[in-house]
Amino acid sequence: MEERSYRVVGRTHRKVDAMQLLLGKSVYTQDITPDNALVVKLLRSPHANAIVKNIRTDIAKKVPDVVDIYTWEDVPRTRFAIAGQTYPEPSPYDRLIIDRHVRFAGDVVAIVAAETEKAADKALKLIKVDYEVLEPVLDFRTALDNPVLVHPEEDWYPPCDVGGDPKRNLVASGLDEHGDVDAVMESCDIVLERTYHTKAFNQAMMETFRTYTELDRYGRLHVISSTQIVFHCRRILSRALGIPKSRIRVEKPRIGGGFGAKQTAVCEVYPAFVTMKTGRAARLIYSREEAQIAGSPRHEMQIRVRLGADKNGKIRALDLYTLSNTGAYGEHGPTTVGLTGHKSIPLYTGSLEAHRFSYDVVYTNHQAAGAYRGYGATQGIFALETTVNELAETLGMDPTVLRDQNMVREGMVMHAYYGERADACALDRCMAHCRDMFRWEEKYPVRDMGDGKVRCAGVAMAMQGSCISAVDVGSATVKLSDDGTYNLIIGAADMGTGCDTILSQMVAECMDCPLEDVAVFGADTDVSPYDSGSYASSTTYVTGKAVEKACAHLKKQICTIAAGMLGCGVEEVVFESKQVRRVNTDQAVSLKDISYKAQLFNDTAVEVTATHTSPVSPPPYMVGMVEIELDKLTGQVTVLDYMAVVDCGIPVNPALARIQTEGGIVQGIGHSLMENVTYDHRGKPMESSFMQYKIPTRLDMGRLHVEFEQSYEPTGPFGAKSIGEIVINTPAPAIAHAIYRATGVWHRELPITPEQIALDK
Amino acid sequence: MEIKLKLNGRNITGYIEPGTLLIDFLREQGCHSVKRGCETANCGLCTVLMDGTPILSCSTLAARAAGHSVQTLEGLQEEASEFVGFIADQGADQCGFCNPGFVMNTIALLRENPDPTDEEIRAFLAGNLCRCSGYGGQLRGILAYLESRET
Repeated sequence: MEERSYRVVGRTHRKVDAMQLLLGKSVYTQDITPDNALVVKLLRSPHANAIVKNIRTDIAKKVPDVVDIYTWEDVPRTRFAIAGQTYPEPSPYDRLIIDRHVRFAGDVVAIVAAETEKAADKALKLIKVDYEVLEPVLDFRTALDNPVLVHPEEDWYPPCDVGGDPKRNLVASGLDEHGDVDAVMESCDIVLERTYHTKAFNQAMMETFRTYTELDRYGRLHVISSTQIVFHCRRILSRALGIPKSRIRVEKPRIGGGFGAKQTAVCEVYPAFVTMKTGRAARLIYSREEAQIAGSPRHEMQIRVRLGADKNGKIRALDLYTLSNTGAYGEHGPTTVGLTGHKSIPLYTGSLEAHRFSYDVVYTNHQAAGAYRGYGATQGIFALETTVNELAETLGMDPTVLRDQNMVREGMVMHAYYGERADACALDRCMAHCRDMFRWEEKYPVRDMGDGKVRCAGVAMAMQGSCISAVDVGSATVKLSDDGTYNLIIGAADMGTGCDTILSQMVAECMDCPLEDVAVFGADTDVSPYDSGSYASSTTYVTGKAVEKACAHLKKQICTIAAGMLGCGVEEVVFESKQVRRVNTDQAVSLKDISYKAQLFNDTAVEVTATHTSPVSPPPYMVGMVEIELDKLTGQVTVLDYMAVVDCGIPVNPALARIQTEGGIVQGIGHSLMENVTYDHRGKPMESSFMQYKIPTRLDMGRLHVEFEQSYEPTGPFGAKSIGEIVINTPAPAIAHAIYRATGVWHRELPITPEQIALDK
Repeated sequence: MEIKLKLNGRNITGYIEPGTLLIDFLREQGCHSVKRGCETANCGLCTVLMDGTPILSCSTLAARAAGHSVQTLEGLQEEASEFVGFIADQGADQCGFCNPGFVMNTIALLRENPDPTDEEIRAFLAGNLCRCSGYGGQLRGILAYLESRET
């Protein structure tokens, strides 16, 4: 395929903030906010389901340096959702700042504000709480229609109808089908029905949740938070605190990782409430334990796959049912579940005659789940891809060949993906490329290495989206500075991913200037143009297009001023990087002079804000292959090689796209092999620190090798799609496949620990 | 209690409560590069050098630093600048929150073993967690730096 070439886009550049980060400068929330702010700490429930009968704070308030303590009696009675989603949110309004009914071990019971951390800690111990302990719902398979209700309150409110009913512990339910699944299934030579279980994996970003709040010089609530969603955060605070949005300003500095965790306003309301009550600056920094037990992890899911195929390996029908555990509160519950089907089934558009996808999302007394990179697609793809691998093994077919026969290809209409057409799809080339690079034929056979060790390989495909179609809005402001350089102002949040850099690259490409001539700033609700925020893999695709539009318009404005200076019509001039020239002449004015002219007796703005949205969400595609060595005696799995080929349209910055991919793969390896989430019989989470919640170290990831197959997405900026989320989706099914090859056992629950492998053989 | 120590080459006197952790003392002194990523000595983000040896400042009492020389990334900008650009070239800085601890430990590695192999780099830095990069880019960056030194 012909690859389009650009000057700045499609080339590797250092991140614009790289040296600040690598040299340890003060750029994060805790670094840039004053240490004399009130220390905010939260008293958390030890019970998974309880009513606060009595709470006494009088003794705790007497601790020197304690400023105030707030309980359920002190907070507004308006329910709200903390999910960072476009209004009206699909997530139910089911939270109060502090609720008398605590719904998971870790739910907030009191807010302490103190001058020092020591005083706050002491006060936490002196608050006396009398709980009426209720029976909790701890197994999500028993939640639906359980007599114990997680949300019995009458003021539970769903801004959208998503098929929920709190009187059944049901947050959402739905059904989507195309064709007559049962009839096709009936006529299939082989039907596999398998059930999978995935856990509530934690994002474990290195910087935990944290927020600083103060009243600014206009007396408005000024929030500096480690968030992916400044605008949604402002709206959430406005509702929760009952103050107008015009009285709130939310900004984010550099963010120490998010992966979706910070697409939920996990901690912002607490210090904001303290500041509104006391008038003083306040700061809340979650401990690692709080981030583990009261964060916003992945939804635990049980997925039943029914796959119907003919004996030649043609996949004719797919039927997925997903049961999702949203935990104690419903943020992101109704939406994550949709991706389990919508972003797995379309992979087999090539052969599929009919499909059905149905789901229920239930409340339990677990930590509330939220958004995590992959957002449901990860769980669905694990289930479906493992079933497809089992089909190949059952039929004795090479699983890559089986996929070649069934996969979605460019130009096909994907009925399981909102009827969108795959206008840019290089999945077939990703498979061929990965097979060659990995040397699949050599590595797929099981090889006995002696000493009880075997080596073998596994494969999986993946897809994702590039935004929430017909919902997400991205905007960019581009303005000319008076030395002929540019400012780019965005509302999207760079959380380390590099969106500040790749969007600047787009400005440099459009305005034909060096990347160094673009100064980027984001994000601040007072300054940035509206952007839904950085999630759903949308920033490159949606905000990127807004940048392209803004630049095109800005060029016109610049040319208008230049034409005035040259004394000719605007149609007679041409933009040439550092100058504007009158065609067929040597007459030109420099960008610098134009920018000075823009400030002198001028009414044409050299500043443009453009907004973009998209009716479609073109999927990126990917193939991942893993080679493992498995010790049959101990069950230990060592990842030797992980190779992946990704079609993200054009990688805007190949180095950053590669790092995104490698980082996602290693997170996926963690979920597959070591990161576990378990609760004790009373509903307390066991993996409450990095001592128990083991994320991969650099000794656990093997050799990674990532390459790209380009496609051209006509609706994306410069042909780009997305990269951020898809990359986490292939490790679990590929590794489960390799483990089957080594042991003959299909593990359908994650993580697949050495104990599990040793016990199940 | 009063402690005297050398911080980034400067003699300082600090007044601390006996239980103060070194990480908190250092941040109070304006050394914001020192980051807390956990409370259980598992992540390596708070790595600093005490008398040239990498230690976890989250599990060291500030009082233990009395009479010693402590260096944070603020004091080793020049030494770090020699190689961090190679990590930036890989885009492996990512969110950056783990960078200071990782860079400090890399400084310690390169002082001890100026020409490490892949395996030696991985082993030495095994205690420095990174959730963004998948580690590959960090390794490539260090290797590129080593190669640049040879030529």
